[in-house]
Amino acid sequence: MSEPILTISHLVKSYDGKTNVLNDISFDVKEGEVIVIVGPSGCGKSTLLRCINALEPIQGGQIRLRHEMITQHSSNIYKIRQQIGMVFQSYELFPHRTVLDNILLAPMKVQKRSREEVTAEAMELLSRVGLKDLADRYPRQLSGGQKQRAAIVRALCMHPEIMLFDEVTAALDPEMVREVLEVMLNLADQGKTMLIVTHEMEFARAAADRIIFLDGGGIVEEAAPDEFFSHPKTERAEKFLRTFTFERKKKIAGGKTKNEE
Amino acid sequence: MNLGLEVLLKGSNMLRLLQGLWVALKISLIAVAISIPIGLVLGILMTFHSRVLHVILQIYLQIVRIMPQLVLLFIVYFGTTRLFGINLTGEVSAVIVFVFWGAAEMMDLVRGAVSSIPKHQYESAGALGMTKKQTYQYVILPQAVRRLVPLSINLVTRMVKTTSLITMIGVVEVLKVAQQIIEANRMSSPNAAFGIYLVVFILYFLACWPISLVARHLEKKWAVN
Amino acid sequence: MSMEFIAKYIPTYQKAALLTLRLGVLGILLAIAVGLLCTTVQYYKVPVLRHIVGFYIEVSRNTPLLIQLFFLYYGIPKLGISVTPEQAGVIGLAFLGGSYMAETFRSGIESVPEIQEESALSLALTKRQAMQYIILPQATAISFPGFMANIIFLLKETSVFSAVSLMDLMFTAKDLIGMYAKTIESLSMLVVFYLIILLPISILGNIVEKKLRYAGFGT
Repeated sequence: MSEPILTISHLVKSYDGKTNVLNDISFDVKEGEVIVIVGPSGCGKSTLLRCINALEPIQGGQIRLRHEMITQHSSNIYKIRQQIGMVFQSYELFPHRTVLDNILLAPMKVQKRSREEVTAEAMELLSRVGLKDLADRYPRQLSGGQKQRAAIVRALCMHPEIMLFDEVTAALDPEMVREVLEVMLNLADQGKTMLIVTHEMEFARAAADRIIFLDGGGIVEEAAPDEFFSHPKTERAEKFLRTFTFERKKKIAGGKTKNEE
Repeated sequence: MNLGLEVLLKGSNMLRLLQGLWVALKISLIAVAISIPIGLVLGILMTFHSRVLHVILQIYLQIVRIMPQLVLLFIVYFGTTRLFGINLTGEVSAVIVFVFWGAAEMMDLVRGAVSSIPKHQYESAGALGMTKKQTYQYVILPQAVRRLVPLSINLVTRMVKTTSLITMIGVVEVLKVAQQIIEANRMSSPNAAFGIYLVVFILYFLACWPISLVARHLEKKWAVN
Repeated sequence: MSMEFIAKYIPTYQKAALLTLRLGVLGILLAIAVGLLCTTVQYYKVPVLRHIVGFYIEVSRNTPLLIQLFFLYYGIPKLGISVTPEQAGVIGLAFLGGSYMAETFRSGIESVPEIQEESALSLALTKRQAMQYIILPQATAISFPGFMANIIFLLKETSVFSAVSLMDLMFTAKDLIGMYAKTIESLSMLVVFYLIILLPISILGNIVEKKLRYAGFGT
């Protein structure tokens, strides 16, 4: 068994000091593992990812990347963040820079790599996600799906050990969702370690090595995808999964439905 | 050191200063009261898609934007006498200039407020079967007013501040009264200028600041999300 | 209109316009410096100083330049500090303009969403780098129209300089009206000279603003 890349133990997060958004969260992410976190809106999924990247202070527990503690006050937080790539729901490309300049910024300024080297890598990655011809465009000239693929490339160019995806398809038109998810599936196939928050259940089932079901700030269920989707162990998970399926109540005479009594 | 604060307490000096301030405030209030309706009408005219109207109003706005108000005051106060042989008092000249200026600013605020309402609002009102009049009455104007009110209150503050200029066309307002008081007490309190002008400064601040606060409060309260 | 009169006094107006421009530019540069300082203090929430800055902004924005100048030029010297008319003009303009600049810069920075900074941090940029490469370039572009409006506003405000016996355009016009009763000529020259100063800046501002908008800022 390989050593975990990311270890989260007894994590507590609270915004107001009274109610805990995340309450005693513990899990590991091993090298090459793809973990998909699902759960109802407001369950703390996004907050969890933000804590892992030290964008939020935490109130208890620990987050470790290999042996390094992740807190906002870590003196080496900028070193740690290089190991963690993050992709946001709203893309957050920098609107005043072209796609290529978006990608070049951090490798050149943070990792002090040469422009030639990073450009070569960026172009290679861009062509792999089908954006080679758009490298010199500004973000506003791109579709949502294109922006999100560019944002993924931007994060990948830093060579992170683990990638965090925060509902990256939630703002996209349906036909663009697939092009982004395909890119992520490819990364999974290449053995990239990923932590994904999503509402795309079919994708979760296909991509995940493990599903974590978060509700009310805690881990309610943790299982292999087939097991989780076919035989959820808890009632809360079952109820959550039911929100993704539809059934029409049979009409009866008089226009009333059966259950209306 | 005698810095003139006791001069204020002498006789009716403080009262005279306040009366001077009132002259300035009165002129700005009159100007505001006239500019707002004119500005409203012009602003709404500006949102109509008439090319000619738009160009004319734009030129008007640009003139007002580019000329210092004091230049406008000089033109009206000194120029009209010369051109038309009418002798306008400083007060009347001031009201004319401030209305000319205020109406243009108000017009632009109204245009901005109305055009800031997204097109979808008109469409969704239309989709609900509302007439054009109903759309404006129930959907567009209530939203536009919320954007407009704080900005027009700010315009009032600017107007009050600008009335300080009327002393330069000879209107006896707070600054002029201050000069008179300082002059009259030159022998007994040669340093009174410090205290008196400080008080004038504070008086203007007290007149403008509360208005600004109200504007900011409404702006926050009615902020879109 | 007497062309002869106009020709004779163009140099006088020229001199006055140059005075307005010189003091105006100086005052505006100082105002920008004051504005940047205030914005920095407010952005980093420097204790104590931020309250002083907040108070200054309120006072500066809620009092007329003319009154500020009177206090500066006629009031302050009574404390034994000598103030020349030119100093009063420049300092007054900086005092007034500083708060306008500060408000413009602040709203520029505030209009860059916080998540843009987080996005930069998640790429391991330091806070300083995020400010330099991500926030400031966007804030600058967003502030630009307000910045130009401030410059025009401040140049217009210089028209009260004659109140502290500076021989600016207003002073010249009033003087000529008083001396020769050539009202129309004097006023026309006044307007033309203000147009010469303000129109190019206004047009330049519009051009740059359009350029910035096309450059892909502000998605």
